[in-house]
Amino acid sequence: MKRDIILAGVGGQGLLSIAAVLGDAALGLGLHLRQCEVHGMAQRGGVVQSHIRYSDVPLYSDLVREGTADLILSLEPMESLRYLPFLRPDGALVTNSVPVKNIPDYPDLDCILGEIRRLPRHRIVDAAVVAEQAGSPQCANLVVLGAATPFLGLAEDSLEAGIRSVFAGKDPRIVETNLRGFHLGVEAARRAS
Amino acid sequence: MSTRLLLGDEALAQGAIDAGLSGAFGYPGTPSTEITEYVQRSPEARSGAVRSHWTANEKTAVETALGMCYAGKRAMASMKHVGLNVAADPFINAAISGTNGGLLINVADDPSMHSSQNEQDSRLYTEIALVPCIEPANQQEAYDVPAYAFDFSERHRIPVLVRLTTRLAHSRAPVTLGSKRPQNELSAPTDRERFILLPSNARRSYDRLIRQQRDFLRESEASPFNRLVEGTDTSLGVIACGIAYNYVLEVTGGAPRFPVLKVGQYPLPLAAVERLLAQCSEILVLEEGYPYVESKLLGSPPRPSPVIRGRLSGDVPRTGELSPQSVASALGFPELQGLPASGAPVSRPPALCPGCPHADTCRVLNDALATRRETGRVFSDIGCYTLGALPPYGAIDTCIEMGASITMAKGASDAGLRPAIALIGDSTFAHSGMTGLLDCVNENSDVTIVIVDNSTVAMTGGQTSSAERRLVAICEGIGVQPAHLRVIEPLPGRHAENVAILEEEISHAGPSVIIARRECIQTLKRGSRRPADKGGGK
Repeated sequence: MKRDIILAGVGGQGLLSIAAVLGDAALGLGLHLRQCEVHGMAQRGGVVQSHIRYSDVPLYSDLVREGTADLILSLEPMESLRYLPFLRPDGALVTNSVPVKNIPDYPDLDCILGEIRRLPRHRIVDAAVVAEQAGSPQCANLVVLGAATPFLGLAEDSLEAGIRSVFAGKDPRIVETNLRGFHLGVEAARRAS
Repeated sequence: MSTRLLLGDEALAQGAIDAGLSGAFGYPGTPSTEITEYVQRSPEARSGAVRSHWTANEKTAVETALGMCYAGKRAMASMKHVGLNVAADPFINAAISGTNGGLLINVADDPSMHSSQNEQDSRLYTEIALVPCIEPANQQEAYDVPAYAFDFSERHRIPVLVRLTTRLAHSRAPVTLGSKRPQNELSAPTDRERFILLPSNARRSYDRLIRQQRDFLRESEASPFNRLVEGTDTSLGVIACGIAYNYVLEVTGGAPRFPVLKVGQYPLPLAAVERLLAQCSEILVLEEGYPYVESKLLGSPPRPSPVIRGRLSGDVPRTGELSPQSVASALGFPELQGLPASGAPVSRPPALCPGCPHADTCRVLNDALATRRETGRVFSDIGCYTLGALPPYGAIDTCIEMGASITMAKGASDAGLRPAIALIGDSTFAHSGMTGLLDCVNENSDVTIVIVDNSTVAMTGGQTSSAERRLVAICEGIGVQPAHLRVIEPLPGRHAENVAILEEEISHAGPSVIIARRECIQTLKRGSRRPADKGGGK
């Protein structure tokens, strides 16, 4: 088992929390793990990406090689398209459909979603609507994680344990909301597939 | 033995703590910030057993660490690559005096300039200082380095530079922790002349440092961080420095068929290099940063054989960080085809946060300068407010290095360019703006200095600014006239009033300081600034 994943989004969307959940879940299973992230200037409302790799055989590189990613998991539709050359031809793309329009020249959203729908394997989830059902817009990142579960190679209960562990220091209600968001994301993807 | 998931930065910090660290000092700067932050959060620092705080700048960090090692303890200073420019004086001279307790200078280089203004390579500084350099390849080595490097430092009484690059600094992997060593006892040196660098003493010390170069080379030849891995295909030999080794293993499935010299400690292990050069007809050098090793192997004039390939030959891009694909292609592996690139994504540069006080200050600057833009310039500095360069503000004209705003404004004003405005953050002012302000006061320079005081080091995540709540007193103490030392609150509702104040001070023909004070929106949202930290950032 080996997964090379590109996480994509915009600063402030909670991308690194998802990376932490995946890392915790993979480590809990005794897998080899590499995860790299962007800090500093890039975080201020700009493009944020993280590479995460886990495997039952040793890994060496912190970065995913172009053309080898199994999955692009994105919290924003335009950002999901930024890394296509990293994706294997049969790789999957899972993205939130809700745009972050903090730039003046954001492209036409229908064109972006249309391009995503033409990809061989994709899931599009409206994480804002689902997060609202879960009780907080803050858990949109976990909704998208839930929607990506079929491609992660990790069992749902491992990911659940990861969520509990990563948010252990927070208000228990936040943990419950995040778990609810995650599960609703899993269901949303199931319905969409 | 326990295993933890750690960033390269954090692994280095934990390794130092476990190796008997007594003090960690530094100034925030991407990608090095998490080294000192990790120490600060550790139980050892919280209990007071390890001293750790943000210093005013990198120079004071290295000097403080040098003082602690003078007292016999193990100490380290951590900074980003450009921070070593600020700390170059103590760094280079500490090599002449030598150390007492172990001293590590941890420097995180930023090839590709993810969050920096250049991609200078700290290995070149070790040539000026004549000190050894250790460059871990992965998170486990980052953890293992401090125990080794502190021992090395104490054995040879020499500071050791530990070089990280962005990807290792900011990537996580499981790290197995080793045993804990107690801290050193207090013991001041008895050979007092060594630390008094009068020319007569310094010449003696410099001779000793020159003689030590042979010892450092011998250490490199035997270092656990240098390793020649033999291969069956000797048509090519690879020299892989630091994290380049990981990319070689990655693209060859962990088993390269050609010989590979993994380099993690400098000076270069020459015997191993010679062995590799003797058996291969071509050598590929893979290194993060400058073509440092490649240049050495090429020689001048270049040696005829073996052929040396790398960044200078064009086999690896001359600038930017290495990647698995750039290494694969330099090794001659075919490209793996991903999906075709999409034309849809447009660039999404970082931006000031909604509600950021700097945004209001930028609008004030623009309106106050609206009729004076022909000759007026805003000399800015390193911090979030540098983003005022981008649309919709376009408010600043320069950003060179920490502290350059005030002094460049002074020089331009001396040349006759008016209005000359400096824009600098509170922690950058504390880092290296205060001395420039003193120059302006001493010469009664016609400059208007805007200190944007968001009461934190925002760009690096909200560390405490070292001049917090003392900016007015500092400016008064330096000699700014009280009538031209103004405090404004950058809020949309106060825009007209703030523009008027700035215009008044622009028309004052002498130095003025306007402190634009409003807390960073991010620290305000989090409800508290990090109380344990001290210091400023970039």
